[in-house]
Amino acid sequence: MAKILAVDDSASMRQMVAFTLKAAGHIVTDAADGQQALNIAKTQSFDLVLTDVNMPIMDGLTLTKELRALPAYRFTPILVLTTEAGVDKKQAGRAAGATGWLVKPFNPDQLLATIKKVLG
Amino acid sequence: MSIDISQFHDVFFEESFEGLDAMESGLLNLDVGAADIDAINTIFRAAHSIKGGAGTFGFMAVSEFTHVMETMLDETRNGEREVTAELTNLFLESVDVLREMLTAVQQKTDTDDVRIENVRNKLEAMMAGESVAVKAEPVAVEAESVEELKSQGWKIQFTPHAHLLQTGNDPVRMLRELSSLGELSTEINDGKLPPFSDLEPEDSYLSWDLTLLGDIPEKDVVEIFEWVDEDCDLVIEPLAVKRTTQVEENVVELDKPEAPVTATVVEDVTPAELATASEQTDAVVEELGPAMVAAAIDKPAPKAKVASAPAASSIRVGTDKVDSLINLVGELVITQSMLSQIGDNFTPNMLPKLIDGLAQLERNSREMQEAIMRIRMLPISFAFNRFPRLVHDMTDKMGKKVELKLTGEQTELDKTVMEKIGDPLVHLVRNSLDHGLETPEVRLAAGKGETGLLQLKAFHQGGNIVIEIHDDGAGLNEDKILAKAIEKGLVDVNDELSPEKIHDLIFLPGFSTADQVTDVSGRGVGMDVVRKNITSLGGSVEVVSKRGQGSVFTIRLPLTLAIMDGQTIRVANENYIIPLISIIETLEVNSSDIKQVSGKGELYPLRDEYVPIIRMYDVFNLNPEATDLEEGLLVIVEGDGQKVGLFIDDLLGQQQVVIKSLETNYRKVLGVSGATILGDGTVALILDVPGLIALYREPSLALVVNNDRAA
Repeated sequence: MAKILAVDDSASMRQMVAFTLKAAGHIVTDAADGQQALNIAKTQSFDLVLTDVNMPIMDGLTLTKELRALPAYRFTPILVLTTEAGVDKKQAGRAAGATGWLVKPFNPDQLLATIKKVLG
Repeated sequence: MSIDISQFHDVFFEESFEGLDAMESGLLNLDVGAADIDAINTIFRAAHSIKGGAGTFGFMAVSEFTHVMETMLDETRNGEREVTAELTNLFLESVDVLREMLTAVQQKTDTDDVRIENVRNKLEAMMAGESVAVKAEPVAVEAESVEELKSQGWKIQFTPHAHLLQTGNDPVRMLRELSSLGELSTEINDGKLPPFSDLEPEDSYLSWDLTLLGDIPEKDVVEIFEWVDEDCDLVIEPLAVKRTTQVEENVVELDKPEAPVTATVVEDVTPAELATASEQTDAVVEELGPAMVAAAIDKPAPKAKVASAPAASSIRVGTDKVDSLINLVGELVITQSMLSQIGDNFTPNMLPKLIDGLAQLERNSREMQEAIMRIRMLPISFAFNRFPRLVHDMTDKMGKKVELKLTGEQTELDKTVMEKIGDPLVHLVRNSLDHGLETPEVRLAAGKGETGLLQLKAFHQGGNIVIEIHDDGAGLNEDKILAKAIEKGLVDVNDELSPEKIHDLIFLPGFSTADQVTDVSGRGVGMDVVRKNITSLGGSVEVVSKRGQGSVFTIRLPLTLAIMDGQTIRVANENYIIPLISIIETLEVNSSDIKQVSGKGELYPLRDEYVPIIRMYDVFNLNPEATDLEEGLLVIVEGDGQKVGLFIDDLLGQQQVVIKSLETNYRKVLGVSGATILGDGTVALILDVPGLIALYREPSLALVVNNDRAA
């Protein structure tokens, strides 16, 4: 069981991710954009952050950078959920400090497998 | 674990339709040539979300279609593609197609494949035509990896860079995953570990020599280090190599961990079929139209499910509204328990308490009523939203330039009223665009700017919502209207009509001023229907116009159809309700003031105008207490822009009444808009002022009513 922060501007994706993770026994907090997520992250701690890339107000890569700059999140796994499988997009994720990525579309099983990989 | 993701479909559809609306309004606001990057970003994001969601939830046709749009939007976003009018129009058309596709999947109906294909071809043609280097789609499978190294095992040298831990990666994860592939032996190398005093606790100093035994494909090993391949030195060598040549056409490329498998499909299709299906999607579409492939993939999904009718109309309510309702219910429960305590052992000296309690109950009910009504209220933007597109498309077609300005979009209105006002509004807007606003040449010749201004304004006024449609066009042409009205026999040649009266003629049945029926507004529906529809909602519509300067159509609507403020009146021994909104004043009259006019009955001089008097007991065939005007009261009411005085016996109280439809329970009766139940349980009819005026003007209609009563 882990505390997970799930960030996506799409309500259906957010619900799908949250539902899947909760069903697997995790504690999930969700946020609809990077800024909201950052505010939450500053007041609580999480074992893992899952974030979409393209979001209004603050995108996922900026969120990743901002989180990495916080002492509490220097080593926290941050996975970006991206629809782009291109190498440059992954580079951008890595440059921002992301731990890894999960390429959309993914199904609940793929999501859980990746989470398991990271959380052990 | 298997999770049924179809439970998220409703949310997906809802947000996708919202996304499409956002795309549409974003596209309409794009300035050709100098597009705002934020606006493009918003459009891009909407397309991106729809694509991602559609992929996740298994609507591959939608996902594929959006992908093409997204690619082009991305190019636009990066400044590689210019925003042209053709581009905007094609995107708008694509938005329509997507909306259709989504509606079709939602309602499990068929799509117009020809149209989809057509628009998609146009998109692809534009993409190919303008961008010189069409980038290879990332979706395309890399088919050349026919050689695969297999070995008895692997020797891996894994040396994390110092900062590896700071990417959130943990070497332990790699080791753990490797050990899940086969037999792993590890040798740790701590040679770089500095003296404790120099040790940076956040850095990584260790490296590993690993031996992994087993028949394990190299890509599985590489995949484990995929996230860190630039944050470490990695050497992967086979222990004992044997080269195998495989003719494998579909090695899934590393960057693309899984094909887009979806739960809806999984239910009905075997894994083998699935694999083929996703291959087809991936092996992109050069021979077949992608839409066709995607459609073919989408098809198996719904077969097991009963085609579902469109969901019962639902309403989105802000949680604050629900919270306030719950709060009020809480208060109501407290009041109830207080009253029941008083009732349990009531003594006369508790009367003040009882009165308090009842007052509280009244307040609770009123507040709750208001809170519940608020739940049905939606911002009028729901009705306004379609206009930017409508104006864009129409002006495009007519070669006019029009700026649309919306104000008061947050003004709230009852959902039912909103649904019914849509068509009349569209008609009025079309009318302004078609007949009101002029072409740029005509405008310039008239000394106006070449771009016309069309404004939609909504605001609350009293218990009404007012919607105004302003245009700065040519205004109504009185001469033409009058000539037409005379030609149609609607007015007499000798009638002297004020400009206002002439303007009002356009609302008469069968009236149309357009020289020819145009593609745009002449659809056989006249302004009379607009007025009829609005009147049936308990509202009114008027026009104020000035030649050469434009017109303003004003619609007034009740906020809700379910409840209204009423004035109870008495005529003979019957109670009636007059909508408070239509009452201007009530007065006692002097018989000497009354003017008798032959053919027009009695007139009362109200300031500078004469108001006809309608004796209510005559209308309803009652035996009056008083026939002398001095013994009763005259209620001045206004309907359809005309004032009349209703002669009644007495005014009773004012109260909010719940309207019960006569039509659903009985049938339409002229002069009566509905009925309500009063506090004492008796039924009172609600008077319809415009109907009463119509009765007064056309006494023959009264005969119909009277005959009906007799029958």
